[in-house]
Amino acid sequence: MTQRTVELSILRYRPEEDDKPWFQTYQVPCDEDWVVLDAINYVKDHLDGSLSYRWSCHMAVCGSCSMMINGDPALSCKTFIRDLPEGPVRIEPLANFPIERDLVVVMDDFMEKLQRVKPYLIRSTEKPLEEGQHLQSPAELKKFKQYTLCINCACCYSACPQYALIPEFIGPAALTLAHRYNQDSRDQGRDEREDVVASNEGIWDCSFAGACSDVCPKHVDPASAVQQMKIASTVDWFMRRLGLGGGKS
Amino acid sequence: MSRKPYVREISHTTWYLARRRDLLHMAQEVTSLFIGIYTIMLLWGVKALSEGPGAYQVFLDALGSPLVIAFNWITFVIMLYHSISWFSVTPKAMPVQIGEEFLPGGIIAAGHYIAWVVVSAVIYYLAGGFNG
Repeated sequence: MTQRTVELSILRYRPEEDDKPWFQTYQVPCDEDWVVLDAINYVKDHLDGSLSYRWSCHMAVCGSCSMMINGDPALSCKTFIRDLPEGPVRIEPLANFPIERDLVVVMDDFMEKLQRVKPYLIRSTEKPLEEGQHLQSPAELKKFKQYTLCINCACCYSACPQYALIPEFIGPAALTLAHRYNQDSRDQGRDEREDVVASNEGIWDCSFAGACSDVCPKHVDPASAVQQMKIASTVDWFMRRLGLGGGKS
Repeated sequence: MSRKPYVREISHTTWYLARRRDLLHMAQEVTSLFIGIYTIMLLWGVKALSEGPGAYQVFLDALGSPLVIAFNWITFVIMLYHSISWFSVTPKAMPVQIGEEFLPGGIIAAGHYIAWVVVSAVIYYLAGGFNG
C-alpha cells in the first residue's frame, strides 16, 4: 500500500498552560486509504499522547469526530486524506463553539437548543391501547425521513454565519429536528413547538445562506427544513388574519 | 480542575471574507440594496404621477439622465443574479411530494421561471406594451 507523509497542523489549547490556542505541526506517514481521523489517531498513539479530541464509531454514525478540516466543518472519519489538496492539512476544533481543550469543544449550547424544540412525539389525544399502533404509510414516512438522519455532529452550526453572529439563534440542526416531528403524521405538537420555532431566535434568524446543507455529512438539508417552516409559519399568520385558524402565535 | 473554555471571537464586519461560500451569500444579500433603491425610485414615479403632469415630466427627465440609465442597467443585471440564484433554491423551500416521490427540483424551479414570464407579460400588457 502506498504511503505518503502528510503534515498535520493542529490547533492546540491546553487550558491549564495556554492563554490562547496555537498550531502544532506533526509529520504523519499516511496510508492511501486513511481518513483524517486515522492520521489524528496516529498522532495520539505514536507522536503526542497529550492531544485531545472526540471520536467513537469511525463510520459516520456517531457524529463525535466533527472538526474544521482546512477551514470547513466535516467528520474527520469521512474525510479521506487523498481527497484533500497537497500540502499541510489544517485541523481546528469546530468553529462557533468555545474550545474546551485541543479539538474538543463545549457543546452545552447545542444540547440545550436541541431540547428546547421538544424533539419527541407529542400527542394531544391519546389512542386507547386496544386500537393498536399508530400506522404510517410509506409516503408519510418519506415526508420526514431525510430529517431523521441527523447525527448531531454540529457541522451545520459551525458553518452557519447566523449562529456565528447571533449565538441566541436556535440553529439548523435543532430547527430541523422540530420540522422532523412537525412533519410526522403521528405527532400533534406543532403548536407547542411554534413558540420556539417561530420566535425571533428561531426560523426568522435564518438568512438562508445554505451553508448548513452544504456541509452536512448526512445530506439532511437543514436549509430546506427551515425554509419550509418559514412558509408554514407565514401561511399560519395569514390564515389567522383571515380568521381561518392556522396554528398559534 | 477548573475549566477555562476559550471563545474565538469573529469580526462582525469582515467575517464573510474568509470563505467563498459566505462571500457569495453576502453578494446575494447586497443585491437587495439595489432592488430597494430601484423600488424607491418607482414609488417616487407614482408619487410624481399623482401630483400632475409637471411633476411627472420632472420624473421622466430624471430617468433619462445617464446616471439613472447606468444605475438601471446595473440594477437589471443584479436583479437577474438575485432572481436566478433565488429560483435555483426554491425547490428547497417548497418541495412537492406526489405519492411517495418528490418532484425533481428542476420542475419546481422551472415553474417559478414560467410564473415570472407570465407575470411580466401581464404587467407589460397592462402597461399597453402589446399595443405597439
